[in-house]
Amino acid sequence: MAKVLMKGNEAIAEAAIRAGCRHYFGYPITPQTEIAAYMAKRMPKIGGTFLQAESEISAINMVYGVASAGRRAMTSSSSPGVSLKQEGISYLAGSDLPALIVNVQRGGPGLGGIQPSQSDYFQATKGGGHGDYHLIVLAPASVQEMADLTVKAFDLADKYRMPSMLLADGTIGQMMEPVELPEETDGSGVEKPWAVTGTENKREHNIINSLYLVPEQLEVKNLERYERYKIVEQNEVMYEEYMTEDADICVVAFGIAARVSKNAITAAREKGIKAGLIRPITLWPFPTEAIAKAAEKVKGFISVELSMGQMIDDIKLAEGCKKPVALCSRVGGMIPSPEQVLAAIEKAERGEF
Amino acid sequence: MAYTQILIAGFGGQGVLFAGKVMAYKGLEELKQISWLPSYGPEMRGGTANCSVIISDTPVGSPIVSEPDILIAMNLPSFDKYENAVKAGGYAFVDSTLIERKAVRTDISVHYIPATKMARDLEVPTLANMIMTGKVIRETGVIKMEGLRDALAKTVSAKHQDLLEANLRAIDAGYNYKG
Amino acid sequence: MAVVFSKPKALTDAPLHYCPGCTHGIIHRLVAEAIDDLGILGRTVGVAPVGCAVMAYDYFSCDMVEAAHGRAPAVATGLKRAMPDRIIFTYQGDGDLASIGMAETVHAATRNENITVIFVNNAIYGMTGGQMAPTSLPGQVTQTSPYGRDVKTVGYPIKVCELLSALDAPYYIQRVAVNSVKHVAEAKKAIRRAFENQIEGRGFSLIEVVSSCPTNWGMTPQKALDWVESDMIPYYPLGVYRDKSKEA
Repeated sequence: MAKVLMKGNEAIAEAAIRAGCRHYFGYPITPQTEIAAYMAKRMPKIGGTFLQAESEISAINMVYGVASAGRRAMTSSSSPGVSLKQEGISYLAGSDLPALIVNVQRGGPGLGGIQPSQSDYFQATKGGGHGDYHLIVLAPASVQEMADLTVKAFDLADKYRMPSMLLADGTIGQMMEPVELPEETDGSGVEKPWAVTGTENKREHNIINSLYLVPEQLEVKNLERYERYKIVEQNEVMYEEYMTEDADICVVAFGIAARVSKNAITAAREKGIKAGLIRPITLWPFPTEAIAKAAEKVKGFISVELSMGQMIDDIKLAEGCKKPVALCSRVGGMIPSPEQVLAAIEKAERGEF
Repeated sequence: MAYTQILIAGFGGQGVLFAGKVMAYKGLEELKQISWLPSYGPEMRGGTANCSVIISDTPVGSPIVSEPDILIAMNLPSFDKYENAVKAGGYAFVDSTLIERKAVRTDISVHYIPATKMARDLEVPTLANMIMTGKVIRETGVIKMEGLRDALAKTVSAKHQDLLEANLRAIDAGYNYKG
Repeated sequence: MAVVFSKPKALTDAPLHYCPGCTHGIIHRLVAEAIDDLGILGRTVGVAPVGCAVMAYDYFSCDMVEAAHGRAPAVATGLKRAMPDRIIFTYQGDGDLASIGMAETVHAATRNENITVIFVNNAIYGMTGGQMAPTSLPGQVTQTSPYGRDVKTVGYPIKVCELLSALDAPYYIQRVAVNSVKHVAEAKKAIRRAFENQIEGRGFSLIEVVSSCPTNWGMTPQKALDWVESDMIPYYPLGVYRDKSKEA
């Protein structure tokens, strides 16, 4: 299929439709509003639902309703709006419902700014809402991945009965790149016998619920869920390695930070410094093994982030404190320049972390 | 292997993003690697707007252009801000109707085009951006003139297809401008 | 032997956990009877609230979803949009519907969302042990208004039917009570009507049921029913607040 030029946000919307999602609920917020605008235009023409909800809270609960019915549903927002959705996300996780939440991150905390950020890493990967749970968190670094990982996020959510999150940022959302759009599916690949579609007087009633007042029962529910999470961790880790075979310095970065880091790595190589990149594509599950393996041969790591040092914790846990890990970051909507990352690589090469 | 970074900057409403889109679409038709990144947010409503475009034979890394090979400055604040960022040996294209000063840099080739006045004279007052684009094509060859009509038709929204000819005329005028 | 009385099919065999004298049982039964009478059990999905009726999902034999506090109308919206041929109802208390979920309530109503909302107003938070509700009466003593609801500092009760009937969109809004045989008969008709409206695709129907909470009101069940008559109903007059079938 021919490539088309598309904004990252639009690629998410079109890919979601092609993945069989026919229900989108959202609330306007920069820099992801193109997703809602795209859905508003397309959904009525294909018999789908676009609904501008009264709040982020309502939007995520509408998603909860559609997901309960066993259909693919999504909502999208940016950082402050995603905070509002956390209650609903916790309920989705607690009720074992698949759904897609898109966060096109902007600077925070509070109202923050509207420029790109990655400072919702903790919120996305460590819970965000209350209770023990995980989301599958996918981090696109190109418009192509905005499309591909949207489809992947729906598939994984259905497969493991858990919500997934596409953790993008304002840059990838707003930029245009050529994209090859995914094939159309109706999204009905996974059977959902648990869905509340009406008993038709033929079966016992299904209940979508996260309330278990008997602690023994709730504990079992949590343990079962974590057994499933273990399988996700075993089977679904995705990452890209770039020039790591002989690397002395291993940069770890995702999304826009990985794009910038690649430029820096190219420049470092021109200067004779053996730098490489591990780019996590799934942030949860995190590519722990790849980092641990790299730790055996590199001098050290650099976590390049648009946050004050969040992913760096996961890198340290993964490499088991064997090697030093430096932080190279800009925040508040600023993006590190390739020169800044190159400087960090050169420093690391000199053994300064 | 060419890796050309373009920065287009001006006031909101001058068609900065659109000019970038035309180049991006044409680059795509020429089977190049492309990225197009706008500044976004409230500053687009009448403030300054800019747009990073990369047209390359190799995969695009960071889509953010901080050191352009080609700068298109559509107003003075943009020229003041970005003149020093242009790579040595690069190009600056300056709308001399709105920017009265000359370049300070001597290590870049600078082209002065009275694009806003030319657009007015051609009775396409909103298309100074396309006049600048025409000149950029002539001087840098970053995209080709052949097949531009098709790329433009894809860039112009369905409801503005009647402006296709006007856009082509403006690009031609810039392309043929000697100065 | 002829069966003269039986449990509605729309109720399960699970024993209700409600306190003695609580009217939730009556209201559950009225909802279940409406579902049975209309023959919609196999295609109905209910949404339970957070509050005393939180475990309604165990009591209704149709498919059920447990919603977060106040979010039932948003969840019901999602269900209805995904399955327009299914009958979707919410069952909510006063804290759930009129306090934390007010935005969801008002906006589902103003979209004329084709759902049925059963709103049980007993003027108190029952599940958490008797705190002031958005519908607690002026002067009403609760755990969090120990000196009586002081309207100067905490404001007046919210009259949901009156408030929602200020909107252009909603199709049907009625307030009923279940403190007497006569009122129960009226409530039964109203609830059935609210489901019929949805079956016919008319849109948003809300039935407010003025209810009692003997436990947290600190009254005997009989006294509580009397208090509904003497104090609640004068503040919350019964009647039809919106009926679009009557409008041209």
